[in-house]
Amino acid sequence: MSNISRDDVANLAKLARIDMSADELDHLSNELSVILDAVARVQEVAAADVPPTSHPLPLKNVFREDEVRPSLTPEESLSGAPASEEQRFKVPQILGEEQ
Amino acid sequence: MIKSSATQMAAALAKGEVSSLELTQLHLDQISKVDSQVNAFLFVDTEGALEQAKQVDAKRQKGEKLSPLAGVPLALKDVMTQKGVPTTCGSKMLEGWRPPYDSTVVTRLKENGVVILGKTNMDEFAMGSSTENSAYGPTHNPWDLTRIPGGSGGGSSAALAAFEAPLAIGTDTGGSIRQPAAVTGTVGVKPTYGGVSRYGLVAFSSSLDQAGPCARTVLDAAYLHEAIGGYDKLDSTSINAPIPPVVAAAKDGNVKGMKIGVIKELQGDGYQPGVLELFNQSLELLAAQGAEIVEVSCKYFDYALAAYYLIAPSECSSNLARFDAMRYGIRVGEGSAEEVMNKTRQVGFGREVKRRIILGTYALSSGYYDAYYGSAQKVRTLISRDFENAFQQADVLVSPTAPTTAFKIGEKANDPIAMYLNDIATIPTNLAGIGGMSLPSGLAKEDGLPAGFQIMAPAMQDDRMYKAGAALEAALLTKWGKPILDSAPVLGAK
Repeated sequence: MSNISRDDVANLAKLARIDMSADELDHLSNELSVILDAVARVQEVAAADVPPTSHPLPLKNVFREDEVRPSLTPEESLSGAPASEEQRFKVPQILGEEQ
Repeated sequence: MIKSSATQMAAALAKGEVSSLELTQLHLDQISKVDSQVNAFLFVDTEGALEQAKQVDAKRQKGEKLSPLAGVPLALKDVMTQKGVPTTCGSKMLEGWRPPYDSTVVTRLKENGVVILGKTNMDEFAMGSSTENSAYGPTHNPWDLTRIPGGSGGGSSAALAAFEAPLAIGTDTGGSIRQPAAVTGTVGVKPTYGGVSRYGLVAFSSSLDQAGPCARTVLDAAYLHEAIGGYDKLDSTSINAPIPPVVAAAKDGNVKGMKIGVIKELQGDGYQPGVLELFNQSLELLAAQGAEIVEVSCKYFDYALAAYYLIAPSECSSNLARFDAMRYGIRVGEGSAEEVMNKTRQVGFGREVKRRIILGTYALSSGYYDAYYGSAQKVRTLISRDFENAFQQADVLVSPTAPTTAFKIGEKANDPIAMYLNDIATIPTNLAGIGGMSLPSGLAKEDGLPAGFQIMAPAMQDDRMYKAGAALEAALLTKWGKPILDSAPVLGAK
């Protein structure tokens, strides 16, 4: 039985940048333990000699010519922004006072 | 008229028996009449649709050469961007967002003169199998309004079944086109991965997401497939090759000599007896038309669901990092950027989305990466090998699309594992990147609700499933004497 504690979930939520209420943490730690037990089955057949597949297509990087093309105007780019100023995204403070 | 197929509507338009403006208005009227019961649409673009219809009519009057679907209306899943039209992905996070650009699918629909009626409801960010995870309330199955229409594309499938649109666009990461088609008595196709551009499709799990056609007939789906498919330089995972000849295959519908492989692992325990009975009857109909039925084994399919629920959440935890309250979407709270981000994501995301982001964050974290995500990637290889072996023995593979008919709204809402089992038969194709189709196999004996028959074909051989699908559809139509949706209850009657 996987045991995901409330503290584990709190740490994951911090990494994922999601605030969680005490209720959400309790709920999710129970659910996650059950889900992890179910998905851990993959380990039964994941032998060392099996190569991993990250993508269904044999992909190569695709390059394009570096040329000027029509694109969104600054107004269009900012049209969905919660806040903007002087053709820029306006965001809350990122660095602390001492930085 | 609204009960006709898209192909029939297109023929009537070409003959001048109806204008696109009239046809579009008829569908808008039907939406007004029934959508308060169904909740298939999150946004109805009345003005935009009528304007597009007028333009097609004007071109037709001038004698311009038009594409086969010109003037036919369509419902668009709300995960696709359409310039200036609200796009929410069923999430509070994007409430009020109007994208500044068209997805490639929308660009091609417009080039083909297809009239976009509006945006359809879905599980938030396409995560779910019931459309109950929409932040804007569930969609109701037109066959029984107390039941789910499947998910994540339940709005698109319900719109087809309620005659609100003859065509729709869906996206399929683990079954989100095919399972809704199965439980609503409609047709849905997940093309080969890379067959339809993902540009402008809001990403959930990038190595699995695939847009595709939803319709009421196999031929209609084929026309829509050809309209939206093909290479797109804006999507680096788009396949640079001609679209498989799916319309010709759907018109042909000849399965004489075709080898049809029944996957042993996708039946039995957990499948509703009535669903299996309809599946076996469909096999008999295909055999009667000259197909050869063989049994194949894909022994690693038993691990597909587990692999999927590691890979998809892992990719989603990374993809959904873009919703940071800085550039678009809602912004909640005060303080530093990080505090605002944390608060916005708490309020903006629903339960299932949070569950998957946390699961994916766990599976990708150091110390667990190899055991979970790494192992899941290996299972992905084993599943692709299973398919390769099976396609050496058969031209197409088949199974029931979903293990059961539509369940009640709320029935599985608090049991994620039970909910995830809905996609047990559809997930393997996403992991391998091959094509899959669902079409109606009939009404199950237990509950009189529709079930789906799934056909899978090797990568870029999508035409094979259209050929087999058209054959089965024609045989079933002869057997029933009428389309399956003629048996659905009439909505909007007061």
